[in-house]
Amino acid sequence: MTEKLFTRPKSLLDVPTHYCPGCYHGIIHRLIAEIIDELHVQDYTIGIAPVGCSVLAYDYFNFDMFGAAHGRAPAVATGVKRVHPDALVFTYQGDGDLAAIGCAEIVHAAARAEKFTTIFINNAIYGMTGGQMAPTTLLSQRTNTSPYGRNSEACGHPIRMSEMLATLEGSIYLARVSVHDAIHMTKAKRCIRKAFELQLQGKGFSMIEVLATCPTNWGMRPLQAVEWLKSEMIPYYPLGIIKDSTEVK
Amino acid sequence: MPKPVFNTERCKGCGLCTSVCVRNLIFLSEQFNSKGYQPACCKDDTRCIGCLICARTCPDVVIEIHK
Ligand code: SF4
Ligand code: SF4
Repeated sequence: MTEKLFTRPKSLLDVPTHYCPGCYHGIIHRLIAEIIDELHVQDYTIGIAPVGCSVLAYDYFNFDMFGAAHGRAPAVATGVKRVHPDALVFTYQGDGDLAAIGCAEIVHAAARAEKFTTIFINNAIYGMTGGQMAPTTLLSQRTNTSPYGRNSEACGHPIRMSEMLATLEGSIYLARVSVHDAIHMTKAKRCIRKAFELQLQGKGFSMIEVLATCPTNWGMRPLQAVEWLKSEMIPYYPLGIIKDSTEVK
Repeated sequence: MPKPVFNTERCKGCGLCTSVCVRNLIFLSEQFNSKGYQPACCKDDTRCIGCLICARTCPDVVIEIHK
């Protein structure tokens, strides 16, 4: 009989996704689903999908999902977690959703030390709306609304959300990871798993920022986009544990 | 022996898996699937060492590794 050394996790439905070729959403969805299988929490996990490319995440994950208004996933997660304190609750949000329209929601959820986890997908651009500049767009990066490249004079500097949230007492575990190769994928999975475990222990707010490619809106082939992520994004958005207040004491 | 098994109809031809195989076994086919993508395939699965890296890299879970 054939033994499967690698197959789809149970928590990820066997359906095609609408994501573009080479987009990292699929990898990140799979890592989350693998962790949920490993922790045996599929029956009491509740995910909150954002508005953005991952708005349809509820069609892909095989556990309970909510849809939230644009940027409001942390507010919905607050309600869900307070009503179901034993559930594993996470929001899955892109950078347009989290760092622009939903900036107030994420800051105050972290400040209140809400006991859920946010998976923050940072690809430095608005995806679903067609490639506009986001608060996370890099300086000089060309987008549909910054055709000559982002200019700090007019548009300010890109926001490092994880570092910003690290200044709040309510956030307990913040990490920035990438999934562009097998080693980084392993590290990313370890960080997401740790955030979920801390939540299951009843600890405060945690967020894992995952750097991701958007080949379509960056105007690149998928393999070129991987190189751009490595050479341009990682230097501005350094990888690693940004804050871990569970290690002290 | 381990070998990669492709769900060709789900492949989007992104090519990410072609760049990571330690044995350089994966390439994009000349054929098209029904969605119009040129799917990834393996030129000699007897040389696969079962490292799983191609399968883990695929955003669309196209690849399973069987033994
Ligand atoms: S499992 Fe490893 S050796 Fe085998 S095809 Fe995939 S990447 Fe290549
Ligand atoms: S990574 Fe997946 S979708 Fe992309 S070419 Fe390889 S098998 Fe196809």
